[in-house]
Amino acid sequence: MVERVKDFISRFYLALIIVFLYAPIAVLIVLSFNDSRSRVVWGGFTLRWYQVLFSNHQIMDALWTTIGLALLSAGIATLIGVLAALGIQAMRRRGYQVMMMFTNIPMLNADIVTGIALMLWFVRFMPLGFTSVLLAHITFNIPYVILSVMPKIKQMNLSVYEAARDLGAGAVYAFFKVLLPQLMSGIVAGFFMAFTMSMDDFVITYFTKGAGVNTLSTMIYGELKKGIKPEMYALSTLIFVTVFALLLVVNFLPKKKEKNL
Amino acid sequence: MKKRALAMLLAGAFACTSLFVGGCAKEAETKETLTVFNYGEYLDPEVIEMFTEETGIRILYEEAVTPEDLYTKYKSGAIEYDLLCTSDYMLEKLIQEGELKEIDTSSFEHIGNVGERYFEFSKSFDPENKYTLPYFWGTVGILYNKDKVKGEIDSWEVLFNGDYAGEVIMQNSMRDSYLVALKYLGYSLNTTDPEELKEAQDVLLAQKPDVQAYLVDEVREEMVAENAAVAVIYSGEAYLAHDYNDKLMYAVPKEGSNLWIDAWGVTKYCDNMDAAQKFLDFLCREDVAQMNYEYIYYSTVNDAVVENMSEEDKANGALIPPEGVLEDCEVLKQLDQDTTDLMNDYWKELKAD
Repeated sequence: MVERVKDFISRFYLALIIVFLYAPIAVLIVLSFNDSRSRVVWGGFTLRWYQVLFSNHQIMDALWTTIGLALLSAGIATLIGVLAALGIQAMRRRGYQVMMMFTNIPMLNADIVTGIALMLWFVRFMPLGFTSVLLAHITFNIPYVILSVMPKIKQMNLSVYEAARDLGAGAVYAFFKVLLPQLMSGIVAGFFMAFTMSMDDFVITYFTKGAGVNTLSTMIYGELKKGIKPEMYALSTLIFVTVFALLLVVNFLPKKKEKNL
Repeated sequence: MKKRALAMLLAGAFACTSLFVGGCAKEAETKETLTVFNYGEYLDPEVIEMFTEETGIRILYEEAVTPEDLYTKYKSGAIEYDLLCTSDYMLEKLIQEGELKEIDTSSFEHIGNVGERYFEFSKSFDPENKYTLPYFWGTVGILYNKDKVKGEIDSWEVLFNGDYAGEVIMQNSMRDSYLVALKYLGYSLNTTDPEELKEAQDVLLAQKPDVQAYLVDEVREEMVAENAAVAVIYSGEAYLAHDYNDKLMYAVPKEGSNLWIDAWGVTKYCDNMDAAQKFLDFLCREDVAQMNYEYIYYSTVNDAVVENMSEEDKANGALIPPEGVLEDCEVLKQLDQDTTDLMNDYWKELKAD
């Protein structure tokens, strides 16, 4: 009996947490089909907002800027991050510690401080625009890549690389054939981490963006004065559904044999 | 082979970035551009496209949420804005600080569409009408649910006499709260008299138990959901609220209220005055003003648009206040430091539990 009560409580608790996490998203999805601009009036079912969404240049521009920025900044940060991690690993103990500390600072630093500092810095050298946002995103993305690649480097067996070189592989050939496959899972994790961070960011983007450049987050912020438009609910719904579908695929598709990893 | 792939990857990444850098720089060189700073959702995006099509001048458009937001970002100097649109008291501050350039509105082709009286109103923050071009305007008043109130609502009194205890929504903003109390007491909303402010404070403190909530953006939605009977609201919001729920009515109290104007100014950073004036002139054109009016649904300063409004819109007090109502209305002015400090202290006291 006691066991069953305990069981019930733990299930109830879990259900409660899930409700709190997902109820707001459910509300958002429902509102995206609401044929009224008001949040509290149900005007009937409609797909109008999805139509409006795709014909709205501003939102579409912001969406592509956001995705382009995330891909580009994550890609470049991954490249720099992996090379940096390999370099840091090869350092002596003291240098290693110092570099890892510097890597941690941007992650622990408050976004607003990073944002304002970068803005002040950029203003001296260049007009604010897409490039300044991109540079800012690369900057705060690099630590995430280093931190997810580093453990893999530590696990890696360097002797395999040395053996490859002994057996006649060139440095680059050995890097791609021996090192990279061992690091791949860390690199992919780092890339996605950086991608997500870039997509999510508002504060740093807000301070470093130039006029005329908008990501989704800065654009939604601009809408606050007159209330978020229902098109945004539609877009958010689409993003949520996409991510959800991706997660389903990743988690339920039969795993391929891990060949190279 | 792999070496080449890596090299190409690197080269590609650099090409991409330099393309963006180069792309931006190039466009700025060959085309005239204007950097425009405005509130969010406060200009029909199609208007911008039309302007670029007709004149070839590219618009870099930037949005802010509040006047304070806009001022801070402008003042940081990170972006050199050419044109900005903000509210009366913020424009007054910018003019005083020498941030705005004079505009020659008399050279505008379409200036005749802008009603003379809006320039009169603007004189409270731009005494000689030298720096600003009125854009949209409105009032602060009471939004009420006609099924929940008794009799006619025509006075601020209904917020303070306890008739609607627990059914009152106030604005969660300092100036908006005190202007209601000051006007209710028959004082100027720009008063610097500490005694009058003290009286206003007493009134607001006495009212506090009756207030359901102090809100900003949510006022409209709460009223649409019929969660309260009366609320202090801006006229533009009131119009939308009425659209969603036709039980909601708007009234500017007989004691007078705040009349707000949002207007355009050209900043001292603007080095292409011709293009800036062309843009402002464009905004006065009838079809453009019509598009903006339909997009924003606040009261427009464009008399040509007002003439063509539907009878229903013309009769709507939130869009066009009835004759006489505006006589006791005042535009907010920047207060001196002592008064601001005093009001800040009172506001904290009011909001503290």
